[in-house]
This record gives sequence, structure tokens and C-alpha cells, in this order.
Amino acid sequence: MDLRAIGESFIAWLQGLGIPDGWVLFINWLVGSVLILGLALTLALALIWLERKLAGRIQDRLGPNRVGPYGLIQPIADALKLLTKEDITPAEADRITYNLAPIIAVFHVLMLFAVIPFADQVVGANINVGVLYLMAFGALGTMAMLMAGWASRNKYALLGGFRVVAQLLSYEIPIALVMMIPVLLVGSLNLNDIASGQGGLFGLGWFVWIMPAAFLLYFIAALAEGERAPFDLLEAESEIVAGYNIEYSAMKFAWFYLAFFLNTWILSAIATTLFLGGWQGPFVDKIPALGVVYFFAKTFFMFFLFAWVRATFPRLRIDQMMAFCWKVLVPMGLALLLGAAIIVKMGAEMSWPGYMTNVLLLVMNIVVLLVMLSLLGRYTRTLSETKNKRLFAPELPRL
Amino acid sequence: MLTQQYGLIGVFAVIAFIFPIVTLAFTWLIRPKRPNPLKNSTYECGIETVGDAWVQFRAQYYLFALIFVVFDLEAIFLFPFAVAFNKVGWFALFEAIIFVLMLFVGLIYAWKKNALEWQ
Repeated sequence: MDLRAIGESFIAWLQGLGIPDGWVLFINWLVGSVLILGLALTLALALIWLERKLAGRIQDRLGPNRVGPYGLIQPIADALKLLTKEDITPAEADRITYNLAPIIAVFHVLMLFAVIPFADQVVGANINVGVLYLMAFGALGTMAMLMAGWASRNKYALLGGFRVVAQLLSYEIPIALVMMIPVLLVGSLNLNDIASGQGGLFGLGWFVWIMPAAFLLYFIAALAEGERAPFDLLEAESEIVAGYNIEYSAMKFAWFYLAFFLNTWILSAIATTLFLGGWQGPFVDKIPALGVVYFFAKTFFMFFLFAWVRATFPRLRIDQMMAFCWKVLVPMGLALLLGAAIIVKMGAEMSWPGYMTNVLLLVMNIVVLLVMLSLLGRYTRTLSETKNKRLFAPELPRL
Repeated sequence: MLTQQYGLIGVFAVIAFIFPIVTLAFTWLIRPKRPNPLKNSTYECGIETVGDAWVQFRAQYYLFALIFVVFDLEAIFLFPFAVAFNKVGWFALFEAIIFVLMLFVGLIYAWKKNALEWQ
């Protein structure tokens, strides 16, 4: 069964009804948009239940278990409650910006769904600048949070907004550098091409095996980009109550909540597409519909990792977090990018066999990772030595 | 072919922008509306607010934003390089390396100037 064929037969059926070609195209776009929207909203409900249940299990609780079997209806009950709640706009707030912020938050995360390839050629819009599109619309989310923090006219919200600027903008650099590596290896910004460039060799062609350090870097930076613990400083409950969305209630809060979960899922989907081979898997060239199964399995595995880390780790301090980004992740990303560029070029110019280039890339990744870890280890040792000496002045050595 | 793909993005952008607005308008119809001055006051854990929230803030945030702009521009310039990577020769590779190293020197400069310290 081919999912592509269903779409084509739908178009053929519309043309058979005698509708002009322009309208057929427009109806096609409309149906595609509604499908993507429906998928995103259903996913959000499933993800909220999944994350709460996982966090419950990891922290030795039960999680939601009252509404429906295993608490499955809980997200729907929450949505209904939020729909009918009174919506309070603070008298001091900047009304236009305040009301626009949740709309933009949902808009940006929905737009990201349009270019994710769920199976070979099964994608909303198969555009040739996919990775750049993801980065551009991903940055719009930062804008929405900053707007929310500023417009609420609340000190906690404003602090949360400032932390958004510091954290999300900083971690966008390593994530951009590391997203460039698959682009460089495949030579295309098209997400479908990148996923199909990782086929063959029973899954050994996935970039996670060739560039493990890059994948690790992406994962860490994605934790920060998805505002997840240990990087959830911009909504640190113990410091600034709820951060940028403190003054939001009812449906406006629900939109921020939905954007948060969908953003994590999208980050998992990008990791799957760029590093875990997208829809690639056994027998996918014979039965293309299997690609959807593989894609969702990998993405939910990545989402499980995100939820696992969130439920396990405590929060970092803001100076530690910024130092980790600029002094560890950015140099590491630059080193990986340059190393990959040099090795791939040498391989192409001296016409090495393909596996030779891949082995060299793997060696380069391990070397970069080990150097970084040894530098970090040395820093932690000096840190603990100073800590033993100090009495009152917490004079920490600089990284 | 390409217009077809971008057409979907255009239609979807309109739907994705209108959908949250429609939902908010719908909740406006069905939700209770009983505002009072106490409810609409700024939330600060129950204590009365002192002063305005829009105050001067630390220059540190500007510094990070400035460094971000520099590196983000670098990323934008490196994306075309990465796409055309297989078609260009050694010369372009060396140019890209020099470009990245210059920014790396900039990062080290910011580091030594303590712009990366969070005081």
C-alpha cells in the first residue's frame, strides 16, 4: 500500500468530477492543511497523557488514572475545562501584544509540521529549503515567549522573557551548527533527501552511527530549545513561579501548553529525520507505508528520551547553563562542522571508498568528544578542589 | 512543482493563524466574564505590587543577543556552503575554514573580555 497513491487517486477523482485544475490544486492544499492540523492536535493530546504517565512512573507515582481507562481521557477533560474557564487579562497588560503571543506560539509550532517527512514523499510541503525553514519558524517561538513576557507587565514574566532571550537564542547557535552537518553530508536542505540519504546497510547508514557526537550535541541543545529540564530556567517554578506565561489563564494558557508539547515532538521528529534515518527501516522499499510506522516509532523513542531526562534531572543555574552553551557546545559544534567538511572533501578528492570516509568521520567524532570530556573533567576537578578550600566566599574558577 | 509545494505552506499558514483566533473567539462566547479590580491586578504571589514591571534591565542580555546575531549570520552564510559543498573545490573549503576561524577568534575575544561570564 502506498500512501502517495491515495493522494494521487484523490486528485484523479476530483478531476473526474470536472472541477478545473486550479481548484483541484486548491482543494488538495486545503485537505492537506486540515490533515496536518488534525494530526498535530491529536498528537498534542496523546503527548500530554504520555508525558504525564511517563513522569509519574519514573518518579514512582501513578500519573493520571481517574478519567477513562489508564487516565486516557484526562487530556480531553483538561481541554474542556480550559475551554470554559474565565480568561483574565491583567489591567496593566499591553493588550494587543498580550493576546497575540499565544496565537503566534501555536502558529509557529503548527507551521513546523508542514515540512516533516512522515514517509518517503509523504510530506505536507516537500520544499528545497527544509532545514532553513525549520530554523526560521523555530525562532518565531522565541519571539512569542518574549512577547508574552513583556506584555504581561509582571516582574516574574519579564524575568522569564529575559531568560528566553538568553537561553533560546544562545542554544540556537549549536543547534544550527549541528543541523548543518547532515546538510553537508547529503548536499541538500530538503528533509526528504536527507532522510533518503541515510539508507542501506541495515540502518548503519544513519548519521547517528557516523556522527554520534553531533547527535549528542543536538540532543543537549534540543533539551534547551524545548525548555525542558535540566534547562527549564525560563519557567523555573521555585524562582519565577511560571515564567513568561504567569499571567495567562484559560485557553491562552492552553495554547502555550500545547505549543510546548508539540515543540518537543517536533524536535524529536527533526532528530529522527536528520540523524536516525527518518522513515528508513527494513522492507520500507517494498511496502512504503511501513515508513510511517518507523518514523513514528523513532520519534516517540526520542520523545521518551526527552521525557525521561525531564523527569530525572534537577535544574541548572543560569550562569552554568550559559557557560555550557558558549564555552562547550559552540566550540564543539564548530570543530565537528570543520572536521566533517575537511574529511568529506578529502574523501571526495582522493576518491576513497565510502566506508573509509565514514570510519574517519566516526574517529573524528570520538576524538572531539573525548577532548571535550577531558577538558570538562579537568574543570570539575579544579571546581571541587576550590570548593573544599572555601569558607564563605564562593569564588568559583572560570571555565 | 515548486509552486505547488509552497502553495500548501501558504494555505496552511492562513489556517494555522486563524485556527487559534477562532478558538479564542469561541471560548469568549461560552466562558464566564466577571472581572473585578482585584482579579485583574498583577499577580505577585498575593502581595501588592510595588512599582512598574517595565524597568531597566541588565546589559548582560544585550551582550548575549549581540554575540548571537554574529553567530546566527555565520550560520546563514554557512548553509549555502554546506549545500554546494560537493560542487565546490578546495578553495571554497579553505575560505569557509578561514571564515569560521575568524568567528572563533571573535568567540575567544568575547571569552577573554568576560562577555560570556554571567555576573
